[in-house]
Amino acid sequence: MGRGRARQDLHLRAEQVRVSRLTRLLESEKALAAALLAPGVAILVIFIAYPFVMALWYSLTSIRVGDPGHFVGLDNFTKALNDLIFQQAFKNTVFYTFWATIFKLALGMWLALLLNRSFRFKRIVRASMLLPFIIPTVLSAFAWRWMFDPTFSVMNWALYHGGIITDRLPFLSSGDWAMWCAVLVNTWRGMPFFAITLLAGLQTISPDLHEAAALDGANAWHRFWNVTWPLLLPVTLVVVVFSVIQTFSDFQLIYVLTGGGPANSTHLIATYAYQIGVGSGLLGEGAALSLFMFPVLFAVVWVQLRYLKRMENG
Amino acid sequence: MLIERKWKKWVFFYLPMAVFIVFTLFPFYWMAITAFRPDNELYATWRQPNAAPLWTLHPTLEHFVGLMKTTAFPTWLWNTMAIALVATGISLVCGMFAGYALARLKFRGSEFLGTAIFITYLVPQTLLFIPLADIVRDLQLGNTPWALMLTYPTFLIPFCTWLLMGYFKTIPKELEECARIDGATRFGAMVRIIFPVAIPGILSAGIFAFTLSWNEFIYALIFMSSADQKTVPVGVVSELIRGDIFFWGQLMMGALLGSVPVAIVYSFFVEYYVTGLTGSVKG
Repeated sequence: MGRGRARQDLHLRAEQVRVSRLTRLLESEKALAAALLAPGVAILVIFIAYPFVMALWYSLTSIRVGDPGHFVGLDNFTKALNDLIFQQAFKNTVFYTFWATIFKLALGMWLALLLNRSFRFKRIVRASMLLPFIIPTVLSAFAWRWMFDPTFSVMNWALYHGGIITDRLPFLSSGDWAMWCAVLVNTWRGMPFFAITLLAGLQTISPDLHEAAALDGANAWHRFWNVTWPLLLPVTLVVVVFSVIQTFSDFQLIYVLTGGGPANSTHLIATYAYQIGVGSGLLGEGAALSLFMFPVLFAVVWVQLRYLKRMENG
Repeated sequence: MLIERKWKKWVFFYLPMAVFIVFTLFPFYWMAITAFRPDNELYATWRQPNAAPLWTLHPTLEHFVGLMKTTAFPTWLWNTMAIALVATGISLVCGMFAGYALARLKFRGSEFLGTAIFITYLVPQTLLFIPLADIVRDLQLGNTPWALMLTYPTFLIPFCTWLLMGYFKTIPKELEECARIDGATRFGAMVRIIFPVAIPGILSAGIFAFTLSWNEFIYALIFMSSADQKTVPVGVVSELIRGDIFFWGQLMMGALLGSVPVAIVYSFFVEYYVTGLTGSVKG
């Protein structure tokens, strides 16, 4: 009995020593920081850094599903550059990103200015304006696809019965129209993000500035360009950077809306990389295609980081 | 304040606002009324004189029944919910820890790590999906919920870390120092003093992460192959289009039912969501 107790005591003391050693270790800032950062960094290394290195390696080999392939140098990249569909996809991606960002910025800014006024039901209006951004893109893109349906389109119905058109509009079945439709849906989805973020920026601008400008005789348009816009520029820049990254690498909206068609007219880099890498199983070529996004994204991120640095320094 | 004439307010405020509201909400309205519309009303061509597409005359539950009978929709819904919750939980814990370390602790390389995490924040899923599919398979995670529960944090952790780091920096240091004088360990002070104060920030990060997980598509599309493992977006895409035929009634019912849970969660936490959204882009 006594011996059992002694052993228990010993055990307890060993435990205490272990615990206190751990707590003492965690009192050191460095050790605690390492322990706190470990789980997150581990996930990011395993599922972002490592796949990135693998993507680089894949892009230099002829790997395909079930065949490890061999080193081929830059063949996948030169092949992509000579691939007419890829050229088209790259141009589409730039076009899509450019116009969608312009529209999102313009409409988002306008909406933010409207929401910045006080009116009845403001909270509920603002909350419902964010819905396109909350609802899964795939699901809302289906609603749009149904609205663009060649035979049953509600928009054709409305325009026809409103006396605006006499024949149906092609929407997704014509190459030129389909791209603009995709831009429209992307704008619809991303506009709330611009509006709400810019609204938060607007709310930090003192109304006194506007009153002062108004007393000096500036009209609403001048007040916007000379007071609001410059003060809002930092927020605007950051929102645009985020949006460009999201739009440039978009996949799901096009996948649902057009699948890249008709005749590749709406393929983006990501949807084409998916088709080659997953659809045809050419992993090396698909990885190379995806990596074409990297320089553009890198440039955008670099601008963003430099900007953040400058903000910190003054 | 500036005084406006009445007609001006109509032209410059009510009218554009109304257009914005219709533009924003019409697709959801259209989704909802299509979901309850019988097929003979649904497939009335746009030119038909008596077609009244803006309203459903004889609402029906046939698409709901069809969806439940022919697909594993409830399972998809459950999968999506479970994956979103677990991925959000993992990301929040990692983000709280990492955010605290970066905001409060002095150690070599902290600035570098902060920048590195910020960069991973901006890496899109479409850049890495091909090698990631192989990694997931090699780890024996393919076609299991863990494939998504562990990969979704890759885009959630950077966001949570960034947002919470900003939040922790706004909490006065004195709070911790008092606790430490009273004998609390660093870790104890973090968990018992700082985290409770940061609950609004944690809620914002959590709600935002939850909606992002619910929305994710490409990883779920590639990593999940069997019908009973799919999430709602992937299930709707792959099981409700058979060959070239779109089952529009069921598709819209599926889209509606897949949207409602996330919309409800959002409606309870709008203010937190907005904080998360605007905080997500602040440096």
